[in-house]
Order: sequence, then C-alpha cells, then structure tokens
Amino acid sequence: MSTQLIRLILQRVALGVVTLFVISILIFLSAEILPGDVAQTILGQSATPENLANLRTQLGLDKPPLQRYMNWLGGIVRGDLGTSIVNKQPVAKLIGSRFTNTLFLASVSALIAVPAAILLGLLAVRFRDKWPDKFISATTLTAISLPEFFVGYVLILFFAIKLPWFSSLSTVSASMSLGERLHAIVLPCATLTFVVLAHMMRMTRAAIIGVLSSPYIEMAQLKGVSPFRVIFRHAFPNAISPIINVVVVNLAYLIVGVVVVEVIFVYPGMGQLFVDNVSKRDLPVVQACGLIFATVFIGLNMMADVLSIIGNPKLRYPK
Amino acid sequence: MSNLLTVKDLVIKAQVHHPGEKPVAVTIVDKVSFTLEKGKVLGLIGESGAGKSTIGLAALAYGRFGCTITGGEIILHEQDILKFRGDKLRQHRGGQVSYVAQSAAASFNPAHKLDDQIVEVAISKGAMGRTEALKYAKTLYKKLGLPNPETFGQRYPHQVSGGQLQRAMTAMALASKPDLIVFDEPTTALDVTTQIDVLAAIKDAIREFNTAALYISHDLAVVGQVADEIMVLRYGKMVEYGSTEQILYHPKEKYTQQLVAVRSVFKEEKPRTKAEPLLKVAKVTASYDGKVKVVKNLSLELEAGHTLAVVGESGSGKSTTARIIMGLLPPSDGEIFFEGKRLPPKLKQRSKELKRLIRMIYQMPDVAMNPRHTIRDIIGRPLTFFFGTRGKEREAKVIELLEQIEMGADYLNRFPAELSGGQKQRVCIARALASKPKLVICDEVTSALDPLVADGVLKLLMRLQKETNVSYLFITHDIATVRAISDSIAVMYQGELVEVGQKSKILSPPHPPYTELLLSSVPEMRMGWLEEAISGRRMEAAGN
Repeated sequence: MSTQLIRLILQRVALGVVTLFVISILIFLSAEILPGDVAQTILGQSATPENLANLRTQLGLDKPPLQRYMNWLGGIVRGDLGTSIVNKQPVAKLIGSRFTNTLFLASVSALIAVPAAILLGLLAVRFRDKWPDKFISATTLTAISLPEFFVGYVLILFFAIKLPWFSSLSTVSASMSLGERLHAIVLPCATLTFVVLAHMMRMTRAAIIGVLSSPYIEMAQLKGVSPFRVIFRHAFPNAISPIINVVVVNLAYLIVGVVVVEVIFVYPGMGQLFVDNVSKRDLPVVQACGLIFATVFIGLNMMADVLSIIGNPKLRYPK
Repeated sequence: MSNLLTVKDLVIKAQVHHPGEKPVAVTIVDKVSFTLEKGKVLGLIGESGAGKSTIGLAALAYGRFGCTITGGEIILHEQDILKFRGDKLRQHRGGQVSYVAQSAAASFNPAHKLDDQIVEVAISKGAMGRTEALKYAKTLYKKLGLPNPETFGQRYPHQVSGGQLQRAMTAMALASKPDLIVFDEPTTALDVTTQIDVLAAIKDAIREFNTAALYISHDLAVVGQVADEIMVLRYGKMVEYGSTEQILYHPKEKYTQQLVAVRSVFKEEKPRTKAEPLLKVAKVTASYDGKVKVVKNLSLELEAGHTLAVVGESGSGKSTTARIIMGLLPPSDGEIFFEGKRLPPKLKQRSKELKRLIRMIYQMPDVAMNPRHTIRDIIGRPLTFFFGTRGKEREAKVIELLEQIEMGADYLNRFPAELSGGQKQRVCIARALASKPKLVICDEVTSALDPLVADGVLKLLMRLQKETNVSYLFITHDIATVRAISDSIAVMYQGELVEVGQKSKILSPPHPPYTELLLSSVPEMRMGWLEEAISGRRMEAAGN
C-alpha cells in the first residue's frame, strides 16, 4: 500500500462524511416542509387551535427549526436516533428488525443478480452480435423497460395464483427458519433481480467491449489465447472500474429503492416503515429512515470508489 | 535446406466504407511472395500504407480492421496456415509464430504482472509448466540485458521504462520457443539512444535462439542492421527483393535508390552576423506544476533568416521550449526578447501584431486543422484575421499561397481528410506563412511523415525561407533533419542545454558526452554499423 493510495482513500472517506452532513440538512428541511404535522395527525380534523398548540409545545415542535436540527444531529452523533412521536418507542428499536429484513432481501437478490449479470455480460461479449448476444440484450432490455410493480404482479399471477407454488404475501417473522424465509421471498427477490440485472449486464458488456479494442487485447489474440480467456483474463480486469460502479449503484437501489416491491408483496422492510411514517408525519422515524438510506447509498458509492482505486495497479504499485 | 516459411502470391483486401457509398474492397497487399529459412531475418521495408504490417500479421493468419486474406498461401512447416481454424490456429499463434508490436506500453496488459503475461503462452500451449516457464523467462531477461532478471518480471508494465518494456516484449515472443517472430516496428517509438540497445538485444536474441524473423520497419538503416534479406514494398506491391548487401549498396529500382540515398536536402550554414538577434531567450526556467522544472536556465539566440534546430530526446524539454516562446507556458524565471524588445510572457498580454509575427506549425497536421473547414477557409482565415483581406482579394492570396506550397487552386474546396499527410503539412505551412511572420516554430513537423515526403516538406520550408527571410526554430529528435536544414543547433537533455552553437561546430568533434552518445546512436545506412556503434559505447549506457 502506497501513501498515495492511502491519501486517495482517506480523501474519499472524508468526502463521504461531508456529503452525509449536507444530506442530513436536506432531510431535515424536506421533513420540515411536509404539509401538516404530527399534532394535526394525532388530534384529527376536529382539533381546536389551542389543543394543537398545547400538543406542539408538549412535543417540542414549537422550538425554532435550527435548535431542533441541532438537537437531532447531536443525538445522532451520540448514536441516539430519537423517539417516535406517535408510539413513544425508540426509533432504533422500530427500525432494527425492519432494516435486517431489507438487508436480507437485498443480499439474496444481489447474490443472484450480480454474478448472473456479469456472467451474462461476458457471454454477450463472447458471442458479440451473434444470437446469444442478441437474445440476452433483448430479454434484459425488456425486463428493464417494464415497471417493477408490473413484473411483481405478473409473477404473483403466474406463480402464486395460477400455480400456487409461492404465497403472494412475503411475510417474514423472527420465528421463521432460513429455509422458510427464503421460500417467502422468492417472488420479491425474482422481481428485484429482473429489474437490476439488465442495467449491470449491459454495463459489463459495454465496458468490456470498450476495452476489447486495446492493443493489448490484439496482443493476447496474437498469442493464441482462447476467446473466453481473452475476455475474462485480459479485458475484464481493465473494465472492472465502471462495472464496480454500476454494481454498487444497483446494490444501493436494492436497499433504498425497494419501497414499491415491499408494498406489493407486503414485505416488512424499511421501505414500508418509511411510507407508513410519512403518512403519520412521525418525523423522527422518517428522518432516521432517510438518513440510513443516505448512509447506505454514500457508503456503497464510497466503497466503489475505493475498490476502483485499489483495482488500478498504477495506484497500487507506484513507480 | 528446406524453407521454414513460404509465402506465395499473397493477396489481402480490406473493406473500405465511405459514408453514403457502398463498401469497396481495396487491395492492401498484391501478390507478394517470399521465402524464409530457419534462423534468417527478412526485413520488410516501406512507407505507411505499403502493406508491411499487414503481411507480418498474415504470418499469424490474422487480419486487422476487416482485412481479409483473399488469395495465395502461407506455408509454414509444409502446412498452409491459412487453412487453420479454432484450436489449431491458436496453437499456431504464439506457439510457432509470435509477434512483437510497435508500442510495448500499449501492448502489455496494464492489469497483470510482466511474468504472468510472458509465461502465459508457454503454459497454455502445454510447452512448459509454470515453474519451468518462469525459469526460462528469467534466462530470457538476462539474455536481453534486462536489469535484475530474478525480480524483473514481478513488476507491472507501468513500472518499467519504454526500452525495457520493448525488450520484455521480445522475451514474451521468445518464451514459447517459436520458429518465427514478427517484429513490427519494434524500435520506432523509442529514442535513438534507447533504440540502439534494444536493436542490439533483439539481434543477439534472434541469433542465439536461431529463430527466423520478419523485421518490419520504415527505416532502412535500422533494417540493414538486423536483416539478411530485404524486401522493399510500396502500395502493397513488391518493389525489390534481395540480400541486404544488394539493397543497401546496389539497389536496382529507382524507389529503393531514393530510400537508400542520404537526405537529398542540405543547407549551407549561414555565418553568424553581428546583427541584433530576432529571438533571444535569456536564462528561462519553467515548470508545469510549480515543482518539477521542465526547462532549466535556457538561453538561445536566433537571427533573422536563420534556422535554429533544437534537438533532444523525449523529456528533454524541447516542445516545452516552443510553448514558452509561443506564450502558452509563462516561464517562472528569465526573459524572452523579440526584435530587441521584451516579449510579454503570456499569450493574452501579447498584441495581435506579435501574434502575427510568431507562428507555429505542429507535428500532427491531422489534428491541427479543423476537419470541417475547406482548405480555402483554413489558409484564408489568418488573412482575414490579421489583414482584413476578404472576397476576391483573399481568394487570389490563398491561391498564391497554395502555389507557393506547390499545390494550386484545385485544392480550394477540399477538406483536410481528402489530402495526403504531406499535403496536409504543406497546408499548415501555408497557413502559418499567410500572416507573413518573422518567426515560425516548427514542432517535429516532419516526424509523422514518410522519409521521402518529409524531404519534400523540408525542401519547401527552405525555399520559403530564402524567399521570405523567415526564421525557423526547428524542434526535432531527428539528427538527419538537423544536419539537413539548420544553421545553428541547440542540444537539450532533461530540460537543460547541453551545448549550442553553429552547425559546423556542434557536428564536429570533440563533443560533450551526451552529444557524442546522441550522434553515435543514429543508425547509419551501412552494414555492420550496429556492431561498431555498440562496441564503441561504454557498458554503462546499456543499463538504460
């Protein structure tokens, strides 16, 4: 490890922290401009202005926004995500199991989608412009063009209703075994895989094809290296950086963007929690969810940057 | 003794597709035949577009950019390799025939260590196990004079110098013990002082391992050092084919004679006068990042109507010197005087008149012209910009300039893409001279051109100098060009001036060590030059 490399990595990490700070402001401000507030929600339409004012004072909503922001941020820095206004439970406890569920669904989908996408990408390059390439391109393009709720409902129609292999409700609970959990999430997992596969596969294909015109690829061909080895060993390592980036964007999507899929399959994840609490105006929960999503997103992108840097031998081994 | 390789009536065609037209098949190689014995070297020589690389790649049954071998046969070990397919073809490529490319920097995979790339073929062909292959690679590194042969291969391509990388590629070609190696301009991208070592290493290796070779180059002097026989090619056809001795000393064809002839251009040196120099660079130092000094304490003088050649290898700071004088890189220290007055360091601070008087011609005419402008616009633009000339008057001036560069009114409506390399550079010259400058900086203006075309461009530049009394600051790495056209010479090395003076003084001994090294590294058009030059050089230079 060179000092240059360490400095580059530290720069990325520092940049990530700064971005996260800026995002915390944005999250607070957008929660602030939501119409209505939790006092209104709790008391309902018939509440008198006096009641509302009393409740707001009780909940600390009458303090100036800057002070509330500083309180919130101070709590987070100390590891305290705050307390739900509606049911008075600590936010961390509310989010805990939901976040694990989301991670579970995302990880299983990623474990299937990422290797599949890269393998299909490599195959598409190997048989470039021939029927396997066209077939892979056409299918993945179709999958990417369909909205995920459509894919989800079609899967439910065929594999839950016509063929009752799986349940259309992907409820999981703490008492279920790993096998039962996996069985429960087959359909949402398939939906997610469909949605992210195409993007990653097409990027893999494009990145490798970009590298294939390099002189060192011609050299490998002239050395009599077999076509698949040319792609896998000579082209792939040099195309890794854009591939890592698109993989990470999709991983982030699997965690952050699953709201629709969770709602379709009634899966108890973060997305559901987020949507529920926006409608309840339970701002501490909403803000905490937003911040966790942002952390995941920034963390993964930072990881992509760092992996790209480490993947470059010129940075790993300076002259 | 039977022949290792027989090429008979080889025809190679390429599909050329002009937008909006039907693709046409163009013949790249037209009925070329030759034979090669084991352990012998055949030199293929010609200008760009002669088809020499295409023939070299055909020996690996490979066609680049839609080139297809449409006729003839290539017999290696009594088998027609053009009939090979699949595994058999892969066994042939890299196994029996290997390839050494022009740019080793681009042809090594940046993601893998040198060792892994060098032993890949021997292992995948089943010729050796990994341990054995690595051991053999180390033997090769040692043979090719690479430093620390034990650990050399554990480095990545970007960690070694260009000359070392080219030798490493020769090691890669030898690693599978092939019968034939195709060397495609292996030293063209190197500096002369590096070229000589690589050339000697290649020659020794070929002899030591008794491998046959096709040696492709545009430089007859280089080919003359390594080849037993030479084939001269032009426009895909064979011009002449004979022993190296015959081609170098008794060429039959006129084209070969032209190639062999030392530069036909030669300028008598103009003596220095007492007059105020047109350009005076006084103790200039400059850097791009504020830390590394690319040019250090440089002083030069150039008189009106004279040519000063600035010569040096890559990294010597010669192009940076051009940028400093043009005002593109303000120096951190020192001053420049033009016609006795201090020249503002930044281009922005310079008047239009100064910009008119100092002009530049670039190495790559292709990228120095707007491809969407006609020749009329390209040459006419400075006329309008500097003198406000328009309409018929401008048209007449443009035609006059075109005639000066021996082209004429026919070219007015053409686009740069419709011209040859030499014509493009001529148009760039006309564009520079259109503003009637007093100083023209020529940055490697003939480096991208074939020798005969380059000669024509040099002749033109000299004629125009006589007619207009313009001064040239001529930046080049090519000693032959320097010899041909300069009045005075500045030799640069790593940003510093080694020596400066009149041509006759610089080119005659005694020389400072670097000038000596530089001059003695320029290949000469005679057999046995390489051996003499190498034995005359000190061993420490071989470390490079």
